[in-house]
Amino acid sequence: MLISSHLDHRGRHRVAITGLGVMSPAGNDLATFWSRLNSGESCAKRIERFDPSELTVQIGCEVPDFDVSAYVTPKEARRLDRVSILGFAAAADALADANAHGTPIEADPSRCGIIAGVGIGGLITLEEQIGVMIEKGPNRVSPFLVPMMMTNATPALVSLQFGWTGPNIAVATACAAGTNAIGDAANLIRYGESDVAIGMGAESCMTPVAISAFGRMTALSGRTDDPSRASRPFDEGRDGFVMGEGAGALILERWDLAVARGARIYGEIVGYGRNSDSHHITAPSPGGAGAAACIELALQDAAIAANAIGHVNAHGTSTPLNDAAEAEAVTKVFGPRAVPVTSTKGITGHLIGAAGAVEAVAAVLSMAKQQVPPTANLDQVDPAFELDVVAGATRAIPSACALSNSFGFGGHNASLIVSPAQ
Amino acid sequence: MDRSHALEAVREVATEVLSVEADQIVESARFKEDLDADSLDLVELVMGLEERFDIQVPEEDLDGVTTIGHAVDLVLSKLS
Repeated sequence: MLISSHLDHRGRHRVAITGLGVMSPAGNDLATFWSRLNSGESCAKRIERFDPSELTVQIGCEVPDFDVSAYVTPKEARRLDRVSILGFAAAADALADANAHGTPIEADPSRCGIIAGVGIGGLITLEEQIGVMIEKGPNRVSPFLVPMMMTNATPALVSLQFGWTGPNIAVATACAAGTNAIGDAANLIRYGESDVAIGMGAESCMTPVAISAFGRMTALSGRTDDPSRASRPFDEGRDGFVMGEGAGALILERWDLAVARGARIYGEIVGYGRNSDSHHITAPSPGGAGAAACIELALQDAAIAANAIGHVNAHGTSTPLNDAAEAEAVTKVFGPRAVPVTSTKGITGHLIGAAGAVEAVAAVLSMAKQQVPPTANLDQVDPAFELDVVAGATRAIPSACALSNSFGFGGHNASLIVSPAQ
Repeated sequence: MDRSHALEAVREVATEVLSVEADQIVESARFKEDLDADSLDLVELVMGLEERFDIQVPEEDLDGVTTIGHAVDLVLSKLS
């Protein structure tokens, strides 16, 4: 890697990470988020946004104390689903974070791109309006339903609010969407299409139907009576994930332009891998073959060896199948217990399309601080796994690259590698 | 229902749907220019009026309805 150059080993523009934003069950600012990740205390509890009494699964990880009025007007809020407001809030905070250091970004709006990972979209609104249709008839269905529920409503809102007129794309690769979005945003910069790009993810689909549907798949933890211990990635006793909601965003800038304006650079996106299992609509491929190939693609993209990775922020959903496949994939690429692995989902639950983005923020912070947060609720690593799972307490690590994985229903795999700023 | 009562009811619906202050809802107020209401807002406003007054307003009746005063006319014509 030509670290002194503004171009990478393939002659592409290097990608600086200059701003971070999160709206999450673990906190709506970076300091609170980081502190909660290291506390070992899961955010899962009984769902409060609606009465879950009739549901089999009644727990989730909601974003607490989200001040909608700090980001949009009351009129705007009326025509936006919660997913879009959460997404825009994370994006706005990330941009403010980027502009807090150096000369503020002054880019041509047509050279500013938005890629947002959204697994589902405005499901809360859709369910409400289906209720209206049934109760009051078709002529009472809201004219705002379509612009509120569409998967691309989140990046559309960011574009409207920022005045950015470059590429504006929603990525819908289920639980891999957030990571795909950041990788795709990095590619906008690498290949010269944009000077500034936001890579982000947003999701808020904690509704009675969605909870029931994921529950019927047996994807959700059944520990409704013990919510704080329900999300337990890589633990022997894991029994499913806990649904979360939230958003994460990264401001990415062309390296030379970020340096020229004196930006604070958290790190660099150096590797991005994406592929498809082509195995089953929901189950991972046997032995984590697709995931392992995806990680290898990211390493090749970065032109680094596996031992250059200092820690892995795993997808680690706490489902029996995902964690087994990912454990095999990581061991296949890195060797047995060769790299520290953590999953933030023990704390945050599973943020679906936002997961990869929020976890990328966690991975960047971990890399920059050289501290890996523990995986919550890890009492006993599944004995079938040859993994070094960080648990119990935060672990100090040397300065090194970090890998963040996301895998989605549909067989979508995405891996991102970030490098310390140098 | 007399005109002032109809205006008051339109005001209640419009302040909620359009997120504007009650004193902005006067007969001369224009939806687009004065109340920042787009076509989707107007659809929602009409839905609100239909519920409030228990009336039906077909889409073709909305042609030329550009002010609060026009909306009051429309409501009164449906009630008569």
